[in-house]
Amino acid sequence: MSLIWIKDLRVSFDGVQVLHGINLQVGKGESIGLVGESGCGKSVTWLAALGLLPQRAQISGSVTLEGRELVNASRGELEQVRGGRIAMIFQDPSSSLNPVQRVGKQLDESLRLHRGLSGATARAEAIRLLDLVGIPSAKTRIDLYPHEFSGGQCQRIMIAMALAGEPDLLIADEPTTALDATIQAQILDLLATIRHETGMAMVFISHDLGAVSAVCDRAAVMYAGRVVEQNHIGELFDNPRHPYTVGLFEAIPELQGPRRRLQPINGTVPNPRHLPRGCAFSPRCAHASDFCRSAQPALLQQPDGGQVACFHPVRDPRRTFSPASAELAA
Amino acid sequence: MLRHILSRLVRSFLTLMLVMTFAFLVLRLSGDPALILLGPDAPQDAINAFRERWGLNDPIWKQYLAYLVQLLTLEFGVSMRDQVPALDLVLSRIPATLAITLPALLLKVGLGIPAGVYAALHRQSIADRGVITLSILGFTVPSFVLGLLLVLVFAVQLGWLPSGGQEGVEHALLPILTLSVGGIGIMARFARSAMIEVLGQPYIRTAMAKGLSWRSVVWKHALPNAAVPIVTLLGFMIGSLIAGAAVVESIFSWPGVGRLIVTAVANRDLAVVQALLLVIASSMIVANFLVDLAYGLLDPRLRSRRAAH
Repeated sequence: MSLIWIKDLRVSFDGVQVLHGINLQVGKGESIGLVGESGCGKSVTWLAALGLLPQRAQISGSVTLEGRELVNASRGELEQVRGGRIAMIFQDPSSSLNPVQRVGKQLDESLRLHRGLSGATARAEAIRLLDLVGIPSAKTRIDLYPHEFSGGQCQRIMIAMALAGEPDLLIADEPTTALDATIQAQILDLLATIRHETGMAMVFISHDLGAVSAVCDRAAVMYAGRVVEQNHIGELFDNPRHPYTVGLFEAIPELQGPRRRLQPINGTVPNPRHLPRGCAFSPRCAHASDFCRSAQPALLQQPDGGQVACFHPVRDPRRTFSPASAELAA
Repeated sequence: MLRHILSRLVRSFLTLMLVMTFAFLVLRLSGDPALILLGPDAPQDAINAFRERWGLNDPIWKQYLAYLVQLLTLEFGVSMRDQVPALDLVLSRIPATLAITLPALLLKVGLGIPAGVYAALHRQSIADRGVITLSILGFTVPSFVLGLLLVLVFAVQLGWLPSGGQEGVEHALLPILTLSVGGIGIMARFARSAMIEVLGQPYIRTAMAKGLSWRSVVWKHALPNAAVPIVTLLGFMIGSLIAGAAVVESIFSWPGVGRLIVTAVANRDLAVVQALLLVIASSMIVANFLVDLAYGLLDPRLRSRRAAH
């Protein structure tokens, strides 16, 4: 049974629809990557699931956590889920921590809320968590403020805070985007290690395919508020089917092999106010036919276990992409 | 921290000396006190005697030195009009002024901040629009208009409250109200925008994602961060506790520092004006100093930036 099941999730802001029926399942202990360009709805999906969108957002569809409905759940129910069952870390670690509160106090808050710890026990646990995420001399630095840590360390602290509630699912919303390359690799390592140790599930939101391949079992590619392809990492990298996924791979530089020109995806992400008719990717797609411009392809199950939403899936990609080369390049 | 406080103290003292020097120059340039006080028809020997007595015939640098000595010893001489020591005269007026400005400050803080925070938390609601409208009304109506309006309604028409004087609590109500209305409006707007700014910050989303109740998010994460800009405005308000009521005191014939400013300046009562300036400038500088200390307490980032200096 899946841990979390998103069914036909739709979100609109002031009448502009940004999610057009997302279907996604995350199993216990599973790690899923959510890939796509900025503005395709990756983060909105999960902010909506946790009820963290502003009030003007209109949400329909269903998100169930082990059978419990989260969409339109009461404040109290959501507060128990947030941090306790599902924790979330964000893109900009330095501004995601309260600047005027000591780091220890912010950890203590989560421990008190979800584990009922207080006083010396909470402090000891906070120090243990900071140690776990690799903050050097945690014992003395627990009383420092966020600005006294580097960006990478702030993200480690955010991870420690997420772990404080012992969640079943961690949603990492572009956790490495604001960090430089070496720190990115360290944070990815840390996330992978923690997942192996705790067995928690993870949703890794990113536009970096290399990062996704490093920490995920499965990935879903999103475009303009829809999932367009979904498969196991190996299958997805060996045999991408959706022209958009293929386009994403072709834009990654390779370190090995002959020099070649990078293939950008022509055009830009469509404005959610004026989505093209039919498949939203059709104006940028080399494979598109007239039919693509009139009808919306459904996300269909494929024989290899994946799902693709395309009338003309790519049968034989010109080259294969190994996760390893993508990772190196990223 | 101690180092920082000491350097701030030295700087405050220098600011004070600058202000007082400027005041000296402006006062000497703005007219002959002897002529103004005694009138243009006064006999020449009376004017000469007056100049002799107040040292107005000495060269300007000698007058300035005498002035500096006066400042440092706090001996400004006696008021030219009332014949009492100038500083004593000024200090004796302070309690009356504080009797109306302190309650007004409490109202500004006690009503303005909650109204602004409430409006920010219920953005686009009827309450929010009400707060915005009332606060604009509050700080756009000048106090001399508002004061006269209140007198007209409550003293003349309804006869509930006296229109002036200083006998009891009821005499203070209208001046306090007149003084506080604009400040409440400014405070509400300021608190509202500070709070809206903070509520949009990523750490508020983090606090929500942790599972904190909305109440805790507001009290523990939003308000402490919104306090920094609010304290800035509060500092201005504290700085004007002593000198900020001149108009209102004149309207309600309230015998405070504000009215003393008006009469002393009109009469070129040099000793009193100088004593007043010292007291007013000091109160501003003290308020600034307090704000600076408060910043350090509220925002650890400023604290460590100072330590680095």
